[in-house]
Amino acid sequence: MNTESLEKHFNDKIEEDIRIEPKDWMPEKYRKTLIRQISQHAHSEIVGMLPEANWITRAPTLRRKAAALAKVQDEAGHGLYLYSACETLGVERDDLLADLHSGKAKYSSIFNYPTLTWADMGAIGWLVDGAAIMNQVPLCRASYGPYARAMVRICKEESFHQRQGYEIMLTLCKGSEEQKNMAQDALNRWWWPSLMMFGPTDKDSKHTADSMRWGIKRFTNDELRQKFVDVTVPQADILGLTVPDKDLKWNEESGHYDFGEINWEEFYNVISGNGPCNRERLEARRNAHDKGEWVREAAQAYAEKKSRNKAA
Amino acid sequence: MKSMSKNWPLWEIFIRSKAGLNHKHVGSLHAADAAMAIQNARDVYTRRNEGVSIWVVESSHITASDPDDSDPLYEPAKDKVYRHPTFYDLPDELKHM
Ligand SMILES: [Fe+2]
Ligand SMILES: [Fe+2]
Repeated sequence: MNTESLEKHFNDKIEEDIRIEPKDWMPEKYRKTLIRQISQHAHSEIVGMLPEANWITRAPTLRRKAAALAKVQDEAGHGLYLYSACETLGVERDDLLADLHSGKAKYSSIFNYPTLTWADMGAIGWLVDGAAIMNQVPLCRASYGPYARAMVRICKEESFHQRQGYEIMLTLCKGSEEQKNMAQDALNRWWWPSLMMFGPTDKDSKHTADSMRWGIKRFTNDELRQKFVDVTVPQADILGLTVPDKDLKWNEESGHYDFGEINWEEFYNVISGNGPCNRERLEARRNAHDKGEWVREAAQAYAEKKSRNKAA
Repeated sequence: MKSMSKNWPLWEIFIRSKAGLNHKHVGSLHAADAAMAIQNARDVYTRRNEGVSIWVVESSHITASDPDDSDPLYEPAKDKVYRHPTFYDLPDELKHM
């Protein structure tokens, strides 16, 4: 088949909602787009472990500690599913990690904010995992098979992340005045960065059109952000907390909440490396990788020795 | 020693979700050897009782059919409707068949 008929075959499959698999022909731009999106996603899961790991040893009860540990371990798993999916596109894991560690690859801007109090564990589960779920559920139908299958596994596991976070918020809000203030303070700090998780507005998003056409994305950034606001505001009401946006109000006509302008300057600043914790996060990642090198080498040497002995 | 810092080999992971069912492919992971692949598969793929048995196979040992060959491979089966029970026209009053 020539490129033209291959491309037609590919487009027909996308049109008919038939999944693309690793060995199928695909346009180079489709492959590149997927590698970028899946690896960014994988990096976000791995870097996302860091802000919460900060609180595991200081969780207030054993129950909370067990949940925090399980959640952070899940995020490691999510990263691994996604790196594996990405590797089916012909890239090497080591090269993906090298791009993360050199600062060349991006990851979600949200993880460059610090976790200052225990309430942040609640706000992250509720808002950050909540926004992630909003993003991820439509990706279970992404046109690339390995990505879609990884997302199905991830989505199954995310639900507990959000619920345990909301439960932390609920407990704080039912507690002392001081505890409730802590919850409000966490909401104040995490609300806007959570809205930024959906990425630039549709008019500024340079990848959206291609991704939509190829069935990698099913909703635009702004559509998902609106959905998130619509479901999350009533959840804040149940907690008795105030969403930190003076322009937020229900719009009877549109059936959605109107909300204020996002500080995009902050978003681009954090994305380009100048958030409060960018340097710390990358350093933690690099450290873990470098200090683990002897373990990887020892395991490799042991495996080689064993297979030599077996052959002898 | 730097040559070792390359990726560990990739393994394909198959899990039996409960006794009586077959092993099913769930994904892949890197490991230095088979024993480590099983250990890692347990952590990555069975954190919520998803399995009672794990198989690991080094990915390089798997030979896959070529998607471009799917016509010659699968097309011949399509016109052999007589391989299915519904192809045979029998009276309605016939029972137990
Ligand atoms: Fe996750
Ligand atoms: Fe999560």
